[in-house]
Amino acid sequence: MRQPAEYYQRDRTLHPPAYTPGYKTSVARSPRQALISLENTASEITGPRFGHGDIDPGDNDLISNYARPGESPIGERIILHGRVLDENARPLPRTLVEIWQANAGGRYRHRKDTYLAPIDPNFGGCGRTLTDENGYFFFRTVKPGAYPWRNMVNNWRPAHIHVSVFGAAFVQRLITQCYFEGDPLIPICPIVQTIPDPQAIEQLVAKLDLNATIPLDSIAYKFDIVLRGRRSTLFENRLEGN
Amino acid sequence: MPQTLNYLRETASQTAGPYVHIGLAPGAAGFDIYRQELGWDIAGRNAEGERIRVEGLVIDGTGSPVKDVLIEIWQANAQGHYAHPEGGGPVEDGFRGWGRVITDFDTGQWGFETVKPGSVPGRNGSVQAPHLNLWIVARGINVGLNTRLYFDDESDANAADPVLNLIEWQNRRPTLIAKRGLQDGKPVYRFDIHLQGEHETVFFDV
Repeated sequence: MRQPAEYYQRDRTLHPPAYTPGYKTSVARSPRQALISLENTASEITGPRFGHGDIDPGDNDLISNYARPGESPIGERIILHGRVLDENARPLPRTLVEIWQANAGGRYRHRKDTYLAPIDPNFGGCGRTLTDENGYFFFRTVKPGAYPWRNMVNNWRPAHIHVSVFGAAFVQRLITQCYFEGDPLIPICPIVQTIPDPQAIEQLVAKLDLNATIPLDSIAYKFDIVLRGRRSTLFENRLEGN
Repeated sequence: MPQTLNYLRETASQTAGPYVHIGLAPGAAGFDIYRQELGWDIAGRNAEGERIRVEGLVIDGTGSPVKDVLIEIWQANAQGHYAHPEGGGPVEDGFRGWGRVITDFDTGQWGFETVKPGSVPGRNGSVQAPHLNLWIVARGINVGLNTRLYFDDESDANAADPVLNLIEWQNRRPTLIAKRGLQDGKPVYRFDIHLQGEHETVFFDV
């Protein structure tokens, strides 16, 4: 049987290591043994696929997807948009992108969040979409607020949106966080600083995008996501990945 | 001047954090927003093969259950085919092979129902024993952890499995093998995942 074309090995020097004691929860939740490296098989190069039957058209609009009729959430109206690409700079079409976030005051609509900033009755805080044929996606939402968390006594998360992406293979699966250009909390956040590589941190910072801003309506931020790339198999005609 | 390699770099991972449910399982966070949440039906109604339940705990380095974890499952059908163009063959209508489960917030228990997968081709003509691919994210986990669940009633296939045999330490291999039992007359596999410590589960760099 033909060997599947493999995904590039993950560069673990740009990702956070498991054990990052500045982020306290990682101490008891990080494996101490080395990961066992696997060469790709069918189990790794395949992954779930989603279609328009799985989600609804308005799922990517957090300004309206939980708002009462005629109302909208309080906060800075933004568009978060970008492309999902692989390391070969090829777009990943029809892939599922899911986001979740706090409201403008830094409060999550979650039964476990007890921060004293109030819930916004018109804001749920989650959205999802499929990329188009060019790997493009967009969300409408409000810019989340910073919030405090119990790590050290006075730690505050920068404004961030959690992002979950699938790609075409289970080995491309990624969850990350999108930060916002110019936020002074970014360099002092223990979770951001789990990432050892300053360039890799910079890649998580969405840039103000005036070109995509809708005048008198919403400001825009651009956030491109890069998933693992795939090797070409020489001398073979492939339907996918080439 | 040498040519530069113009590859992009993968986006760095960050922890899913404590409120992962808002995005990926909003019902559990305490509110309904989507017409349907994704990932609750792994195999679908038409899937052939033995119906099984899988359940367990994720346990941290202090021996405490992790109560805010989210696990994704990726598996082949009973014929060993994944629901993917390169998955080896056709699958039944409605078989997605992917699922998503969260823990009970009070106990940390998780569980899901599916069909037992078949064997899947390995590299260089080898055959992999039936297995589920798992991906674990939670607060405190910086990069999602990949592992595999094998079945203890497949001892011959497990003994020949190329991935299990890649694990140099024989006494670590049982951390990947779920134990079969019966619950209300139905087959259930128990699979506890130890993030750290004496019984630490094997995790893979896939």
